[in-house]
Amino acid sequence: MAVLYWTLSALCSHWRRHPVQFFSLLTGLWLATSLWTGVQALNSQARDSYARASQLIAGDAHSRIGARSGGRFSQQVFVDLRLAGWPVSPLLQGSLRLRGQAEQRLQVLGIEPLTLPRGTRLAGQALADLDLVAFLDQPGRTWIAADTLKALDLAEGEQPLTVGGQALPPLYLHPQLAPGVLLVDIGVAQRLLDAPLQLSGLLLSRDFAAGMPRLPSALDGQLRISRAGDEADLARLTESFHLNLTALGLLAFVVGLFIVNAAIGLALEQRRPLLRTLRACGVSARCLLAALALELCGLALLGGVLGVISGYGLASLLLPDVAASLRGLYGAEVAGQLNLSPQWWLSGLAISLLGALLAGAGSLLRAAHLPLLALAQPEAWHQAQALWLRRQAWLAGALLVLALLALVFGASLAMGFVLLACLLLAAALLLPVCVSGLLAWWLPYCRAPLAQWFVADSRQQLPRLALALMALLLALAANIGVGSMTEGFRQTFIGWLDQRLAAELYLRPESPQQGRAIEAWLAERAEVSALLPSWRVELPVQGWPVELTGILDHPTYRQHWPLLEAAPGAWERLAGGAGLMLSEQLARRLQLGLGEELSLVTPQGDWRLTVVAIYADYGNPKGHLLVNAAALQRYWPGLRPGSYSLRLPPAAVPALKQALQARFALDERKLVDQSELKAWSGRVFDRTFVATSALNSLTLGVAGVALFISLLTLSQSRLGQLAPLWALGVGRRQLVLLSLGQTLLLALITLLLAIPLGLLLAWCLVAVINVQAFGWRLPLHVFPWQLLQSAALALLATLLAAAWPLWTLYRVSPAELLRTFANEN
Amino acid sequence: MLKIQGLYKSYPTPQGPLPVLQGIDLELAGGSSLALMGESGSGKSTLLHLVAGLDQADAGSIEVAGKRLDQLTESQLAAWRRGSIGLIFQQFNLISSLRVEDNLAFQARLAGRHDPQWQAELTQRLGLTQLLDRYPEQLSGGQQQRVALGRALAARPALLLADEPTGSLDESSSDEVLELLLQLLATSATSLLMVTHSPRVAARLQRRVQLRSGRLVDQDNS
Repeated sequence: MAVLYWTLSALCSHWRRHPVQFFSLLTGLWLATSLWTGVQALNSQARDSYARASQLIAGDAHSRIGARSGGRFSQQVFVDLRLAGWPVSPLLQGSLRLRGQAEQRLQVLGIEPLTLPRGTRLAGQALADLDLVAFLDQPGRTWIAADTLKALDLAEGEQPLTVGGQALPPLYLHPQLAPGVLLVDIGVAQRLLDAPLQLSGLLLSRDFAAGMPRLPSALDGQLRISRAGDEADLARLTESFHLNLTALGLLAFVVGLFIVNAAIGLALEQRRPLLRTLRACGVSARCLLAALALELCGLALLGGVLGVISGYGLASLLLPDVAASLRGLYGAEVAGQLNLSPQWWLSGLAISLLGALLAGAGSLLRAAHLPLLALAQPEAWHQAQALWLRRQAWLAGALLVLALLALVFGASLAMGFVLLACLLLAAALLLPVCVSGLLAWWLPYCRAPLAQWFVADSRQQLPRLALALMALLLALAANIGVGSMTEGFRQTFIGWLDQRLAAELYLRPESPQQGRAIEAWLAERAEVSALLPSWRVELPVQGWPVELTGILDHPTYRQHWPLLEAAPGAWERLAGGAGLMLSEQLARRLQLGLGEELSLVTPQGDWRLTVVAIYADYGNPKGHLLVNAAALQRYWPGLRPGSYSLRLPPAAVPALKQALQARFALDERKLVDQSELKAWSGRVFDRTFVATSALNSLTLGVAGVALFISLLTLSQSRLGQLAPLWALGVGRRQLVLLSLGQTLLLALITLLLAIPLGLLLAWCLVAVINVQAFGWRLPLHVFPWQLLQSAALALLATLLAAAWPLWTLYRVSPAELLRTFANEN
Repeated sequence: MLKIQGLYKSYPTPQGPLPVLQGIDLELAGGSSLALMGESGSGKSTLLHLVAGLDQADAGSIEVAGKRLDQLTESQLAAWRRGSIGLIFQQFNLISSLRVEDNLAFQARLAGRHDPQWQAELTQRLGLTQLLDRYPEQLSGGQQQRVALGRALAARPALLLADEPTGSLDESSSDEVLELLLQLLATSATSLLMVTHSPRVAARLQRRVQLRSGRLVDQDNS
């Protein structure tokens, strides 16, 4: 133990004398862990919220009866079904805002506990364990989660008012409740949501549903039973979103590990004499390796603690945007305050440890396997390095083959990420080989001695800068690739939105009765040139949640509906009732093309339709089908329109909107004008990519840090190469400029290679990852201005990284340069 | 103390094995000193590395204080090295990140034989008392070699191996270091095997042997 202790102490004393190296290693571990744990915190927080949401009413895998249109229905249905012997329990869902908290929308869920099926668990607790008397009795209770209570800045027992002036029953803390949800008695919910005698669903026990009961014929067209598991599961829908975040986090982690790898490699190289002295003093190779590994673990734990703490901070900063994206895209409510388990903290430390060992393993093994007497000979070290580079080139080749196989034979998102990972890693591994080859090719063309030195010395620096350049390549390629994809998506999305949102006003009535009244009222308004109702049915198609929409045959659709592919006379065939149009993501999921048939299960039996067109439907996690309204009503008799699109002159929109709100008490969610909808969609789009852009920029920052650290460490050992030039008459100013030129040259070559790699990455994202993750393919756009921006950013990062080492070099005294010669033996 | 019998060592080259040592037989008694001389490439350093257990011979045996080095495992060799021998190099090989005081104590601590009194005496006799808080890079070459000498002797090794210990020093520093070395050895039972080019340095030791093309060709007794 004494040997290990003193060996460790001698190894660690190196860091005291080389604090920059120490901080570079620590920075690598810190940044890598921070970005990774930050992303994991976001994912973990969201998944915890989904789990709480799925446990809101759970326990017996209930089936649920809901309106086919997705809206509310009369409470009389509940009474009729109970009288017919159906053990149903009513539910009412809606949203409201509290007075003074206008920016936060809360979900209200009204239940009737006494009729809930046996075995039901409410927010993770069995019914028998709950104080139902207090819940049902006056003034009742509003169950609320701790994070929601905190976000609202309210205390337990308070009775806040809704914006409509309705008082909530006293707030009562229920820890397992989903964030943003208020659970109340159904009577209270009807009062708060201004939905007297209305329900949004009926719960049905699994036992009863197992007998496959059929709804009474009077209700069959209006309602449907969704079996347990039919409902779109949030975790499933949001999987792609989280996978994308994870991929970015992983990329940042890998880039961070490049810093660690570079710092450990350099530290070992600088400590070669020390390693030999230790061995000569009687430290065995095993003991030395153990001491090096222990030192690395200590550093990893320190970096890990810093990383986990800052990862928490990063996640807290990004959480509001991620939560808003998830709410906007999927309607998923995620708690606004991080609440992470001890396992998360421990796994953060473990990942830091694992990363450090992974990044350091190569260097440690190389140090352990070099023969003792060769340990201090730079040539031996460089030969080992050269061998390592050759192995890297072979590995890169193997990775490229793997990428090709993933592209040709892969048909899943995971294989898409395998393709990306192989491509990026192969490119990174090939970078030093390419740069070295390029410089070797250039060298014979250099005639002037300084030019020869410039190129030859750049090549000599390559092994020490290779890792930092690889990190820069990865970060730049990710920046260009993700940037091109995001910008391309933005342009496509905005163009698509402009086409798709052709109507000036969109309206969703509270109930079919209100719909009829609105239709009659609008028929008398001269400014309304067209009233386009649409009928909506939600149904599962091959296990996937799908919205089936019935529309009228109207020029608005023919002129504006953005079709990606269409058979001849598609609109005529749709109007005829035998044709079907479907969204791109559903077509891919069901592997359907033009002319193929799709069979839908309806209350009137199977309905076979021919695919006549495929359209883009960006941002919709569910599948979407378009059919003729009259045909739809034949299969769902009695179905009422769920929404209306109104065509009218834009100038007339505000007045009509105001009149509709005054006449029918429609809130802003039921009545939306085109500009608001576009603005809202744009906001959701922007927030969706806030986390992506932040992680992207941070990754580039991490690469900049890697370059800075490598240059700084390199500058400490550069005097040996620069002093002879100085002695031969090259001024210090000129030396600084030459060094800057070398750094910029290497960065420029990296940048030139990063551009095609970035574009290839963008192609993979739009043509492979997007298709697998979301079901839609985007056109690949190249934005020269964006490429220039990325190039400028990379060069700026290089200049910033080089500034301090160059300044140090500029200020080096002649005495220090002379000492270089004095130390030569 | 040291007994070498029939020692052979060669290095592989593209043209075939290059013999460096070809049947070396040598003995060194406890407390005695021997200068190993020879031209560059004659195999002096190779022999020293073999005796230090840093390299392995092709054939033959090396026995130090009754222990056959070729019968020790890697970790046994390491333990033997830290407890039984002291090494001094031409380039000093101090630990640049440790202060002089810690460098002096380093090997003794590794061997579990740190004796503060002996270290204080060594420090004083080597004239390092005022330099204990300095780092190696803040010392002159002569001072650094004195620290290396102190480090090698702090654990009271049975055998001191010195590879051109004065090769990097000027004449006066060289004399000073050699004088100190011999004084310290005179008061201990440590044997000395020193590789040197310098006949002047070799003349100060009890015995001298000459290595030529891998063979001991000349041997004298003083």
